[in-house]
Amino acid sequence: MRKGVGLIGVDGLGLKIGLEVHCQLTVLNTKLFCSCSSNYRGTEPNTNICEICTGLPGTLPVLNEKAVEAATKIALALNCKIAETANFFRKNYFYPDLPKNFQITQYDKAGGVAIAKEGQIGTSDGSIRIRRIQLEEDPGKLSYEGTIVSSPFALVDYNRAGVALVEIVTEPDLKSPKNAREFLQKLRSILEHIGVCDGSLEGAMRCDANISLFGGKRVEVKNISSFKEVERALNFEITRQKTMAKAAKAEGMETRHWDEVRRVTVTLRVKESEEDYRYFPEPDLVPITISKNYISKVKARMPELPDKRKERFVRDYKVSEEIASVLVGEKQIADFFEACVKSYTAPRLLGSWLAIDIIGYLNRSEKTFADIKFSPNNLAEIAKLVEQKQITDSGAKTIIIKAIEQGKSRFEIGKKEEGAITDEKMVMNAVKMVFGANRKAVEDAKSDPNAINFLMGQVMKATKGRADHSLARKLIQVELLAVQEPSRK
Amino acid sequence: MKAKSAWEIAEGTRDGSISPVETVEALFERIGEHDIEIKAFITTTKKLAIEQAKEIEKKRKAKQKLGRLAGVPIAVKDNICTQGIETTCASKILRGFIPPYDATVVKMLKEEGAIIVGKTNMDEFGMGSTTEFSAFFPTRNPRNTSYVPGGSSGGSAAAVAKELASAALGTDTGGSIRCPSAFCGVVGLKPTYGLVSRYGLIAYANSLEQIGPITRDVRDSSLMLSCIAAHDPMDSTNVGEKKDYTKFRDDVSRLKIGVPKQYFGEGTQKAVSDAIWRALKKLEDEGATIEEVDLKTVEYALASYYIIAMSEASSNLARYDGLRYGFQESSGARNWSTLFSKDRKIGFGFEVKKRIILGTFALSAGYFDAYYLKAQMVRSLIIQDFEKAFKKFDVLIGPTMPTTAFKLGEKTVDPLAMYMSDCDTVPANLAGIPAISIPCGSSNGLPIGMQIMAPSFEEERLLGVAGFCERELA
Amino acid sequence: MKKIKGISKEQVRHLAWLAKIDLSAEEEQILSKQIADVLDYFRVLDKVDTKNIEPAYLVRELRNVFRQDTARKANADEILKLAPTKKGRYVKAPKIV
Repeated sequence: MRKGVGLIGVDGLGLKIGLEVHCQLTVLNTKLFCSCSSNYRGTEPNTNICEICTGLPGTLPVLNEKAVEAATKIALALNCKIAETANFFRKNYFYPDLPKNFQITQYDKAGGVAIAKEGQIGTSDGSIRIRRIQLEEDPGKLSYEGTIVSSPFALVDYNRAGVALVEIVTEPDLKSPKNAREFLQKLRSILEHIGVCDGSLEGAMRCDANISLFGGKRVEVKNISSFKEVERALNFEITRQKTMAKAAKAEGMETRHWDEVRRVTVTLRVKESEEDYRYFPEPDLVPITISKNYISKVKARMPELPDKRKERFVRDYKVSEEIASVLVGEKQIADFFEACVKSYTAPRLLGSWLAIDIIGYLNRSEKTFADIKFSPNNLAEIAKLVEQKQITDSGAKTIIIKAIEQGKSRFEIGKKEEGAITDEKMVMNAVKMVFGANRKAVEDAKSDPNAINFLMGQVMKATKGRADHSLARKLIQVELLAVQEPSRK
Repeated sequence: MKAKSAWEIAEGTRDGSISPVETVEALFERIGEHDIEIKAFITTTKKLAIEQAKEIEKKRKAKQKLGRLAGVPIAVKDNICTQGIETTCASKILRGFIPPYDATVVKMLKEEGAIIVGKTNMDEFGMGSTTEFSAFFPTRNPRNTSYVPGGSSGGSAAAVAKELASAALGTDTGGSIRCPSAFCGVVGLKPTYGLVSRYGLIAYANSLEQIGPITRDVRDSSLMLSCIAAHDPMDSTNVGEKKDYTKFRDDVSRLKIGVPKQYFGEGTQKAVSDAIWRALKKLEDEGATIEEVDLKTVEYALASYYIIAMSEASSNLARYDGLRYGFQESSGARNWSTLFSKDRKIGFGFEVKKRIILGTFALSAGYFDAYYLKAQMVRSLIIQDFEKAFKKFDVLIGPTMPTTAFKLGEKTVDPLAMYMSDCDTVPANLAGIPAISIPCGSSNGLPIGMQIMAPSFEEERLLGVAGFCERELA
Repeated sequence: MKKIKGISKEQVRHLAWLAKIDLSAEEEQILSKQIADVLDYFRVLDKVDTKNIEPAYLVRELRNVFRQDTARKANADEILKLAPTKKGRYVKAPKIV
C-alpha cells in the first residue's frame, strides 16, 4: 500500500502533485529527426537549422537511432516496462515556436504506445510512480524585447527546434514541494549517471507541475526553469489555492505561468475556446520494436546508478548514509569525491567537506558545482594536511570556501596567515634539524613521495605549524637534492 | 508526325543523332504556341532547361557517360520541390516559395540527364479531380478544350498529351495520376506505396500518396519508373530498390484476370464499360482467363479514403502560417493567432479550407473513433479484400474513371459529385498497391482509361499487361 | 460512437478556430451546409462491421527505420532567407499575448 496520498493528504490539504519533466538528450550529436547538431547553445539564432527541423514543405522525419538507445536506458534506470512496439503520434496545435504547427511525440491512447511506462523512483518520502516516458521533439525558442506582455512582437529562433526530448510523467504521488525538488534532484542524478542528459546545461531539464488541493481542479504550472523554482512555485500555488478555498472561489482547470522574477504564478491566458490536440499516428514514421535482446544489450552497458553508488560509498568508504546520499545527488560531486579519495584516502573527511560544507555553501550562495575551479587533487592535498595535523579542519574549510568564493583554482595556504614564518633561514634551520633526526625518512624520500609528506609534517611540527607551507616544501626538496648529490658520485 | 518518345529522345541524345538543345528549343516553341490555351504550366524554366541541355551536349562531346533520360524534357507537378524553382502546389499560400532543396525524385531525374522544363498546374495541394481548383487558373483538356483534363495532376497529363513535355511527374493520393491520364489519353502509373521516395513531395495525405510517371506510352512509363524507384534513407516509409522495369514481358497467355464487379456500378458510363470489356475480350483471346470478383468493401473505400486524406491534410497543412516561408499578410496583425488565421484565410482556397475543417473535425475529441479510427479499420478490411483477390488473380482490371472527362465547371458546384468520381481510383491508394491507367478507346472524342491493378511491388507484371493492351488496342 | 447529423455554425466556427482559419460569414454559411452533406455521406461506414479489426495505420509492416547520429551542417542561411519578416537572424512573429 502506498501511504500519504489520498484524497486528503498527510497534512489535511488533500495535496496532489504530479510532474512532467522534459529532459533533452544532450548526449546525442544530432536532433531527433534530422542531422542538425543538437548542440545549439551559444550559437547565433537560426544557424543550427535545416529544411527538416524548420518544417519546410516536402520534408520528412527520420528517427535518430541513438535516441531510442538513450530512452531505453532511461526506462531501465527508472524501472519502467519497456514497450515491445512503440510508435509516434502528432499533437496538433498552433504556436509560433512550432515549425510544423504540430509536435511529433508519443501517445498512450488510440493505438499509441509510448516507449515505456510504469516505473518508479524512490525518495525519502516514499516511492514516486512514473506513469510513462516518451520521446518527442523540442520546439524552437521565443524571445521578446522586454517582457512577453509588453513586447510588440516575438523573435523566433529555431536552433532548438527538433532537439530530442524525453518527457517523464509522474503519477500525482509527490507529497510536498520539498519532495518534488528531491525527486527532480534524484532524477537528474540518474540521468547524469547514465550519461544521457547533462542537467547542468541551461534548459536541459524543464518541468511543468500539476497541483490540486482539497480534491479541487488541477492547476498546471508551466515555465519552471530550475528545481529550486519548482519548490517555490509549488509553495506559492499551495498558498494561493488555500486562500482561494477560504474565499470559497471555485477553481477551474487552468494553466498558469511561473513568473520567476516576481515569484508568483499568473494565469497564462483566458482561453477563447478549449484546445483539442487531435492526436493521430504520425504517417511519416514507422513503429519501433524493442526486442528483449536489445534491452539486455543496453542493460549490459548500463553504468552504476546513484542508489548502487551510494551503497558502495557506505560500504567501501565508510561514509554515513546521509553523506553518501548527498554525494550521489549530483554525478559531478560523486565523481569529484571519488577522484579526491583516489588521490588521498581520507573519504570521511572529504565526504563531509563536500556533502556538508561545500554543497551547503553552494546552496546558500546560489552557486553551482561548476563554480568550483580547484581540482580533486587540490582538495585531497588539503585533506592530507589536515590528517597530518599541519592545518586544522576549520582552517581547511575556511581556505576551501574562500577558494570557491573567489573562483580560484589553487588554495592559498599559510601565506599571509597570522604568524607564518616566511624567513628562509629560519625554515631551513628547521628542515636541517628534521633531516638530522629522521635519517631513515630522508633515505626513503628519495623514492617515496609519502616520506616527503612525513618530513613536511615534522617541519611543521618543529615550527609549531607556523612555517610557510610552500616555502617549507621547497626547502625540503632543496635539502633532499643536497643530501642526494654525494651518493651519486 | 508523331512526337518522339522519351525513350527515343534519350537514345538519340546518347548516340548523337538528336541535339538536346534543339529538342528543348523546339519544345519551348510548342509551349509558347499551345500553353496559352491549355495552361498546363504554372512555371516554365526555359533558361535553366537550355543550360541543362548544353551541359548534356558538352558531356556527350567529351564522351562522358550519359544517363538513361539524357536530354528528355520533363515536366514536374508543382507539389514536388525543385531547388531554385518556385514550387506553389497551385496555392496562394506558397506563392514565392523557392525550395532550397530538390525532391529525391528530381535529383534522380537530373542525375539521369533529364531536363526539367517547368512546373505543372494542379488542384490546390492535390485537392480535386479536375485541376479547376488551382488558385491560379484551370488547365484545359488538350483533346477538347471545353473539358477538364482531370486532376489533380491535370497540368502534367495535359502537358504530356499536348507534347509540351516528353514525360511528366505526377502525384497520386486518390487517383491524381490516373484520373488525368485517363481523361487526357496518356499512360499514368501510381507505384506501390513505398516504392518511390516521397522526400520533397509536399504532403496532402502521407499514408496514401506516391509520385509516379505520366507518359505517352508504356515503355516510357517503365523507363521513368526505373529512374525514380530506389531506396531513399530520407523517407522512413520508403522500401524502394533499384530495378530495371523496362524488361517487362507482355505475355498475357496464362494471365488470371479478376474483374471487380464494383468497378462497373450504376455510375459507370456504358461507353466506358463497353470499352473495358472489349479490351478484356482481347486479353481472353490471347489466352488470359477472365473472372468477375466481388470486392464488397470497395463500396466503402471512398468514405474511408476521404476521412483519412482530410485528417492527414488538416495536420500537414497546419505549417502554412506565413512565418517561415511563403505568403504573409502584410497588414500588422494584432497577435500571432490573428496573423495565422488571416494568412490562412487569404492563402487557402475554399476547397482546401473545407477539407482542413472536415479533417479537423474527424480527428477532434469525441469524433475520432467514429470517423478517423473507423476509416482506418475499414481500410484494413479493404487491404484484406485485395489480398484475398490477389491470391486468385494476377491482376485486377476495370475502368480508371467511371466516365470520360467532365465539362469545365460541371463538378465545381456539387463537391460530393466530384468526390464520387474517385470511386475507382482510391481503393489502390488505400491498399497501397500499384495501378496504371492506359488509353482504351474513346467516346465522343474523349479518351477512356483502363485501370490495371497488381499486388504490391508487381509493377513489372502491371507494365507487361499494359504493354500488351497498348499494342493490341492501338 | 458519436455520429452527427448536420453541423451547427458554432461547431464550424470552433473547428475553424482550431484550424486557425478565419471564415467570412458567407463561407461559414456554405461550409456548414457542405460539411453536413459530406459528414452525412461518411455515415455509410456505419454499415461496416469492424469488430476486432485493427486500424491500418501503416500499409507496410515496416519497423525500426533509423538514421545514424552524425551531424551535418545544413544551408541555414538559405532557409532563413525564405522568412518574410525578420529582425537580424530572428524570424519575427507578432505579439504572443
